[in-house]
Amino acid sequence: MTIIGTSVRRKEASSKVTGRARYTNDMNVPGTWHALFVPARQAHAKIVGIHTADARKVAGVQTILTAGDLAPLLTGDVTEDRPPLAKDKVRYWGEPVALIVARDESAAQKAASLIKVRYRPLAVVNSIQDALKANAPLVHDNIGSYTVATPPASPRKHSNIADEANMIKGDPDRFLKKCSVRVKVQVSLPQIDHAAIEPRIAKAEILPDGRVLIQASTQSPFEVQKQVAKYFKLNPGQIIVQVPLVGGAFGGKAAIQLELLAYLASRAVGGHTVKLVNTREADMATSPVGMGMEAEVELGATQDGMIQAAQMRFYMDIGAYTDSAPRIARAIAAQCTGPYNIEHLHTDVFSVYTNHTYTTAFRGFGHMPMTFAVERAIDELAKALDQDPLRLREQNALAPGHLTPTKARLTRSNLGHLPLCIEQMRRVIRWNQAAVEPIDAHRVRATGVAAFWKTSSSPPNAISGAITLMNSDGSVNLNIGAVEFGPATKTTAAQILAEQLRIPIDQVFVHEDVNTAVDPEHWKTVASLSTYMVGRAVMDAADDMVRQLKSIAAAILRCSPDDLDYGGEKIFVRDDPTIALRYQDLALGYKYPEGDSIGGQIMGRGRFMIRHLNLLDQQTGHGRPGPAWTVGVQAVEVEYHRITHQYRILKAATVLDAGQVINPKAAAGQVMGGMNMGLGIASREAVHYDAQGQFLSNQFRSYRVMRVGEQAEQYLVEFVETPQVDSPFGARPLGEHGVLAIGAALANALSRAANIPLNVLPLTPEVIWRAKGGKAYGAL
Amino acid sequence: MRSLTRPEEVTLTINNEPREVIIYPGETLLYTLRGDALGLTGAKPGCENGDCGACTVLIDNIPTKSCLMLTVEVEDHSITTVEGLKHAPIQEAFLSQSAFQCGYCTSGFLMVGHALSLQGAADQGRLVEWLRSNICRCTSYQEICDAVQSVVRSEVE
Repeated sequence: MTIIGTSVRRKEASSKVTGRARYTNDMNVPGTWHALFVPARQAHAKIVGIHTADARKVAGVQTILTAGDLAPLLTGDVTEDRPPLAKDKVRYWGEPVALIVARDESAAQKAASLIKVRYRPLAVVNSIQDALKANAPLVHDNIGSYTVATPPASPRKHSNIADEANMIKGDPDRFLKKCSVRVKVQVSLPQIDHAAIEPRIAKAEILPDGRVLIQASTQSPFEVQKQVAKYFKLNPGQIIVQVPLVGGAFGGKAAIQLELLAYLASRAVGGHTVKLVNTREADMATSPVGMGMEAEVELGATQDGMIQAAQMRFYMDIGAYTDSAPRIARAIAAQCTGPYNIEHLHTDVFSVYTNHTYTTAFRGFGHMPMTFAVERAIDELAKALDQDPLRLREQNALAPGHLTPTKARLTRSNLGHLPLCIEQMRRVIRWNQAAVEPIDAHRVRATGVAAFWKTSSSPPNAISGAITLMNSDGSVNLNIGAVEFGPATKTTAAQILAEQLRIPIDQVFVHEDVNTAVDPEHWKTVASLSTYMVGRAVMDAADDMVRQLKSIAAAILRCSPDDLDYGGEKIFVRDDPTIALRYQDLALGYKYPEGDSIGGQIMGRGRFMIRHLNLLDQQTGHGRPGPAWTVGVQAVEVEYHRITHQYRILKAATVLDAGQVINPKAAAGQVMGGMNMGLGIASREAVHYDAQGQFLSNQFRSYRVMRVGEQAEQYLVEFVETPQVDSPFGARPLGEHGVLAIGAALANALSRAANIPLNVLPLTPEVIWRAKGGKAYGAL
Repeated sequence: MRSLTRPEEVTLTINNEPREVIIYPGETLLYTLRGDALGLTGAKPGCENGDCGACTVLIDNIPTKSCLMLTVEVEDHSITTVEGLKHAPIQEAFLSQSAFQCGYCTSGFLMVGHALSLQGAADQGRLVEWLRSNICRCTSYQEICDAVQSVVRSEVE
């Protein structure tokens, strides 16, 4: 292997450092009209009336839509509960109430300021606790009437419970009671925002022949195609979705929202090209965020630290609409033990409606908050047992032959090797058995650890594809349906193709954009699955090309294809490589010296469909949620001030079983970036609502993400390489994983340093001070 | 007297070239740069209130958030955008340190880093202070700091 395992530069690198990389909002057709939505300024209220007459008089305004102008429509990834424009009532602050189309931005803004919405406020469901109270106001009056478009989901009638997922294994009640050591941890995590720096955007145009062109910043172009077709009764083939480079996504651009509004806007003005772009404020408060969570985890273990049984309840603050919550709930249920073998288990996961901004996938697909809860409990167990927390994790680690909570059988290939990661982490972090070391009178140093595992929780029929076309010089164009939003997905695919065709990486050209009319279908660019799925399709396409090259070369060289080998951009006779044809001589068909020709363009078709997965059984939760798991361990070293509760993050480290690392620099960058995001989330990020449910943190000055100088002083990444045998070159997914346990590791470090369990995020000095009793300084 | 609402023609110095453009007096520099006439879309809108720095350009070599500046304010100043960097050391440094992923914030960080490299020496504290103006959601910042560090003379030299 020559290209696999090398840090090739990402294909679009030079565009990105010259300002030439183009994103959706960088390519505007002159004459494009602007759409703008009017957001709700109540969290829960009946819409009494919407006054649009004054707004319609603004010069340049083309049309104004409200729910009353549209045929009844409910949308949703799983349960169809969300109208594109609020109908009858608003369920969150920021929900689109009216949609303006105008010739230009300023006319649209002026019109927006003139639209008056009259509301009759309703009692606000402002927390999970509010939602679960007896006689709680209902966010949705009649959930029983909703269609579950993509089962499973179990909405509970006349309640705020949008879904309940359960998992039972063994006899948890009996075994938990028998355990000599038990710990119980309750955690509370706020909603968080994806905060991709590129705000979401969608453009739509309807051509006279009925084709619909959508350009959007999305992770799911093929899903946009299907959903638009379904909701507006069109044929999927009519709908062409194009996605240029995307400026960060993190799961937030897997949800479909602006695309539907942009289509409606264009349709209302005769198909004219319309652009709808979020302001930062709308991107945070109107478009979906990441879920909040309250959870309770109880673990029981023997005196020597073998975990026997667990009981867990997770309540997710999914906000006002379901979106993908039931799928996230099942992902949480399926992996709820963390990477540990627990024979007896009972877990319930509730998706709870509130009058908060609705939520969608967030990097890790529920595994980040779930891991926080579980890893806090594991650390408390270590404390209760007075055991080395790394050793405790090591001795309970899942191993080949074990069954997952969903009773999927684990192998070395599908599981990887957590004990090896732990062993390596001891060296990387210079492990001191979690001892708290004093620095001076007030400051201490402490290290926390936490482990993770994750699988894809993808649908059992997820597909991918690759189409490769050879150019006259023997170079190859690669078309795939995966979107490039940062992780070097396209470059990884190019590396795999170059390796398989034995050509230099710069002989592979990838399209930066995705176009559903041209590129083969790829389920969605989510779940860190692109290397696996796209990679398999690319290998298939490469094999197809090699077969074609050999077949035509065999005819020309008068031998059997079996006598041929390839390399150095040539097909040659194995025992005499001087008898050879260059790829470029065959790329567009071969021309004999006499002038007659045979063949045609060399083009490869590659496809892949995920196998052996199934939906989890609704009663028992049993099933197989993904092709393989990625395991790893993370550590954070902090310096903590006992009086002010301020802290510095000295080191953050990850050791992850990556299988074969395809691009070491890109892989390390993914994991480092993930750690930084995870530490930001754990230390400062939170969506805040006031008592009326108003979204308060809709700017980067109120929703604080990490800035330079706040990151860990040192980020360390190492890989263990246990191959996943059915993945290209044995590579494992790693795109999301940097975030998964790093917040838990921070909380574990601070809990030791502050000598108090810290189970509430974000871990601001104030939160720690409150956990310590919230006493005035003089009382210390 | 100049009109406060009607479009007018102004001459801007962008990347060392005089450019005549028609603008509205209320137009931000970001809007003008990205408009059809100039097409300099390297500066990105991320928040349009100065928080994220994705729209950073240089005004007389000082990093400035172009979403917070009106175009009429910079008529007599020299504007440098990412498109005006011609093989600047900061670009090579970003490439070799892999200091970007999605690339959306990259132009802004490049401009801050480039401006800092044009200044005299800068110590770690100064570097952090300058780079805090911008937000990156993909990288760990370590890559960006390393890249900028490599083009900035340190105080001790």
